[in-house]
Amino acid sequence: MQDILFYVFAGLVLICGFLVVANPFSRSPVTSAMFLVLTIISLAGLFVLLHAFFLAAVQILVYAGAVMVLFLFVIMLLDLKVEDRRRLKVFSIVTGLGASGAILFMFMRHLLHAPLVGQSATLSEGATIPLGHLLFENYLLPFEVVSVLLLVAMVGVVLLSKKELK
Amino acid sequence: MESTQIREYLPVLMLVILAVGFSFGMLLFSVIVGKKGRRPAIKDTAYECGMLPIGAGNTRLSVKFYLVAMLFILFDIEVVFLYPWAVVYKDMLRTNGPAILGAMLSFMLILFVGYIYALKKRAFDWKN
Amino acid sequence: MTQAIIDWAQSPAGAFALFSALKILCAFSVLMFIVAYSVWVERKVAAAIQDRIGPNRVGFFGLLQPAADAVKAFLKEDFTPGHVRKVYFWLAPAIVMIPSLLTMALIPFGSNIGSQKMVIADLNVGILYTFGIVSLGVYGIVLAGYAANSKYPFLGGIRSSAQMISYEIAMGLSVIPIFLLVGDLNLSSVISYQSGGIFGWLIFKQPIAFLIFMVAMFAETNRLPFDLPESEQELAGGYNVEYSSMKFALFFMGEYAAMTTASAMMVTLFLGGWTLPFAGLDQPATTLIGGILHIAIFLVKMCSVIFMIIWVRWMWPRFRYDQLMDLGWRRFIPLALANIVITAIIVWAATK
Repeated sequence: MQDILFYVFAGLVLICGFLVVANPFSRSPVTSAMFLVLTIISLAGLFVLLHAFFLAAVQILVYAGAVMVLFLFVIMLLDLKVEDRRRLKVFSIVTGLGASGAILFMFMRHLLHAPLVGQSATLSEGATIPLGHLLFENYLLPFEVVSVLLLVAMVGVVLLSKKELK
Repeated sequence: MESTQIREYLPVLMLVILAVGFSFGMLLFSVIVGKKGRRPAIKDTAYECGMLPIGAGNTRLSVKFYLVAMLFILFDIEVVFLYPWAVVYKDMLRTNGPAILGAMLSFMLILFVGYIYALKKRAFDWKN
Repeated sequence: MTQAIIDWAQSPAGAFALFSALKILCAFSVLMFIVAYSVWVERKVAAAIQDRIGPNRVGFFGLLQPAADAVKAFLKEDFTPGHVRKVYFWLAPAIVMIPSLLTMALIPFGSNIGSQKMVIADLNVGILYTFGIVSLGVYGIVLAGYAANSKYPFLGGIRSSAQMISYEIAMGLSVIPIFLLVGDLNLSSVISYQSGGIFGWLIFKQPIAFLIFMVAMFAETNRLPFDLPESEQELAGGYNVEYSSMKFALFFMGEYAAMTTASAMMVTLFLGGWTLPFAGLDQPATTLIGGILHIAIFLVKMCSVIFMIIWVRWMWPRFRYDQLMDLGWRRFIPLALANIVITAIIVWAATK
């Protein structure tokens, strides 16, 4: 059952991810954004299958519910029109293939040597509470640094958008 | 051996299938049953209370909406961090009380500085 | 073949799947019934408040009005205007409907009947799942506005999405004190925390959280006094102007379904869920009668909240957009943050 669901969700992630960047039926940026939402939701399904329940919920809450709404707003803010079909240049094909080949090589090198059996039994049940303990006992400093990061982001947003308003 | 928590997601999946099926089923059913009317040219124009529409339907929207969406993400992340804190709070009070309280107080204080900054810069001001 | 099916149904996994399917179907039918009849109640209450009679033609007291409305919605012309973006125009009503149906998965609508817990999915992430699904509700409305390719719907859609995301923050922050007290995100634990005495209900322990949550709920479900996305006087109906027939009805069903699940969430979080603080009704049921009684208690509480929401609609004027954003960002967020800090300090002082 879980194996079948894994293949279903993994297939959905791949298909939707592909349609985000190269949709043969539509070049509209809104369509790409909506397929990205579907990709994110399918990824949340994969997280559930990996017993990462908190991560799955946060994935939907933050990425699908907040970040993608911003994407849609930006598309409408800039009033993006349907993109023209660009001709592929030799340079971009070569660099694209090179980059994906390099990533594939790195993945394969690790995958071939690493044991495929997971050792993530510690976080399996009721993921929120163990996660909280871990966060506030072992990773307190990174957690506080996150707040500074968020502060900087907040100041940046206000500065950028207020500049345009004047 | 399946764990009990992952089993609880099976009904969620069933509900998703039901919800999607129901919603699209309703749309489909209304197409099958619904009447087809005549299609005069005026029916194909956008409805603007009887006036003929001028200009494009979608205009650019104000930068303020973008600002709200961006601030929303930042606060949403803060809220997400508060949940794991809230559930372990009582537990950790027994072992090291001031640390767990202080950790979140400093986190919220730093973010509150950002909030005050946005407030003073009139980022939440919609009246103008 | 039949023997294989019977064997499967008697295995634990098969029994679980069957019981889940049964619970989903029952909860879904009850939800749809409440959606249909809350429209009728809304019209009757509106009529009573405005000194009119209201629907009284179809059936006794107009009780068959929802059925007549459904038939009407199906039989009307399903018109797709030429200037819209077709795909999103078709998808948007369904996208509005789906999240409001999905949020009912987590609601414990009773204690147990036999060995079955009366909740569709007893997830440990609890409220986070609900908020995640609620945050997906923005898409239906923003896409409806975008798809219509016309000025009023576009404005309505954008307004509504900005309003929903603003109040999502206040909503998320307002319930954190509850989980400080309960110490678990699971909604069944929230209910068992509230058993034992009426002052165990979280509305009395967290009145500020209740207030913020309630107002945010009004804003999330686009109900008056926060129904700016469809404010008739300004936008002629908002994001659903270009819709007709069943697609239009789906928007309304989505709104009422969201209202129903939001009331259920409010009952669960603040009003003690299926418990009553006397006659031992705050403990999980041991008999069949007790189990059914718990479901009845839950439904009565939920319907009272729905009635309150409907009542408010005809009693309050609409907010202006700047007032709405002001209330969300400048009043509720500091208030909710202060509530969290105060609750944390009280819990700290109590454990010492």
